[in-house]
Amino acid sequence: MAESAETRRRRAEKRAGARRIGLGLLGLAIFIGIWKAAYVFNWAPRGTLPDPFEIPAALVREWRSGHLLPAIGSSLIHYVWGLGAGTAAGFLVGLLAASSRAFDDLHYMLARVLRPIPPLAWVVFAIAWFHVSHAGAAFVISIGVFWVNYFATAAGVANVDPRYYELARAFGHGGFISRVLTITLPGAAPGILSGMRTGVGQAWMTLIAAELLGVPGMGQQMNSAAGVGAYDAVVVYMLAISLIYSISDGLFALVEKQVLRWRP
Amino acid sequence: MSNAPLLTVERLSYHYPGSDHPVFADLDFSVADGEFVAIVGGSGVGKSTLLRNIAGLIPPSSGNIALSPARNRGSRDRGFVFQDTRLLPWRRIASNIEYGLAGLDLSRAERRERVDEVLELTAMTPYRDRWPHSISGGQAQRIGLARALAVHPRLLLMDEPFSAVDALTRRRLQDELLAIWRRLGMAVLFVTHDIDEALYLADRIQVMRGSPAAIVRDECIELERPRDRSDTSFAALTHEIADSL
Repeated sequence: MAESAETRRRRAEKRAGARRIGLGLLGLAIFIGIWKAAYVFNWAPRGTLPDPFEIPAALVREWRSGHLLPAIGSSLIHYVWGLGAGTAAGFLVGLLAASSRAFDDLHYMLARVLRPIPPLAWVVFAIAWFHVSHAGAAFVISIGVFWVNYFATAAGVANVDPRYYELARAFGHGGFISRVLTITLPGAAPGILSGMRTGVGQAWMTLIAAELLGVPGMGQQMNSAAGVGAYDAVVVYMLAISLIYSISDGLFALVEKQVLRWRP
Repeated sequence: MSNAPLLTVERLSYHYPGSDHPVFADLDFSVADGEFVAIVGGSGVGKSTLLRNIAGLIPPSSGNIALSPARNRGSRDRGFVFQDTRLLPWRRIASNIEYGLAGLDLSRAERRERVDEVLELTAMTPYRDRWPHSISGGQAQRIGLARALAVHPRLLLMDEPFSAVDALTRRRLQDELLAIWRRLGMAVLFVTHDIDEALYLADRIQVMRGSPAAIVRDECIELERPRDRSDTSFAALTHEIADSL
């Protein structure tokens, strides 16, 4: 009896899953249909909207021209360094802010002054300090990532149930290091990791914008393609970004799931 | 019971920081080695605070707490069982039990032995690799007990450990606790608001009452074990203690 209910539930789940995939594909098809109509009936200014059916050909062309892969490689360098530096710094400062009253007092006004400044506003200094270089792009990216991780870590640490600290004291883990390692970090891990995951996405947003200003990478390629009216190439880069983001987010989700496997 | 007390509490007082009014004042009592003592009192009377003073979790405002040191470097003087079990959700059951063993002079193999031993004692061996969210409230309470027993404490401090489980599970846990106590012989200081529970378990009952609270009654329970709740003298004692609450 219970088994048949279980199989029935599974079958219903399978059906719902298939339906979801079907509808998802339909949604994509509708979007491409509207896009094609916009192209055919010239809804956008002439020459600015590529034919969706020409995108695969544009992809092959970009690939053969030798622009696509180096641009992706260059962007990935900015991405990895900017994301890594911003995540590490945001995590450390957030952890300090939430666990040391003195540090919190010391930095809160500074944080309030700096926080509202958009990462892209730093481009001016990035160019002045690092010129047009990988380091400059990574610097701009790291700023946005820093704030995301800073707030997520500080909130995650502040929200750790204080009863666990009492437990730590009762069982010989009252020392600072031991307390941080056995209670604070695992307790704050869900918040910290969701901040890191947001950063993984946020880094792409600033990356393209930073590169539009001239550092080699996908952003720069998009800009130069648009300059010669090759909007189909622009779309190729947009789709490349989408793909790489999906891969990096998926990989991070796997890590997150593994670290948080204790959650129901 | 042996002669020298394991725990001696003298003129112990506690008031919350910033408050003049003490929660309890001038408490004096002792617990002998191997003795099972229950502290009974209404909610808010300061039983848990007293237990935390003795556990070293909250410093008392004044007075003395003297406790015999741990037997050796592989054990602790005290073990604590929390009302809310307080298992760490990010550690598996075995790892939760092992939590109190870090810092003790034990090899890896000895730590593992300790974990196996207390899992066996609490009949939780099949659950050693489970996550806390996947076990029931009664099972979680057994693991909380196992974690405290793993440090081989001379004094086991228990803060209303069975108050959150259903009545049937509570009785079973009480019997299991008594069996473990008889087998290991540590002293137990057991805080509860349940007179029936105190009478069923303890060698001695101390009743806390008032504001500031004092120990208004210190009663040795001579009833033979296993105790019978339907026994007339059990019922009479229950009423007597209830009257002093």
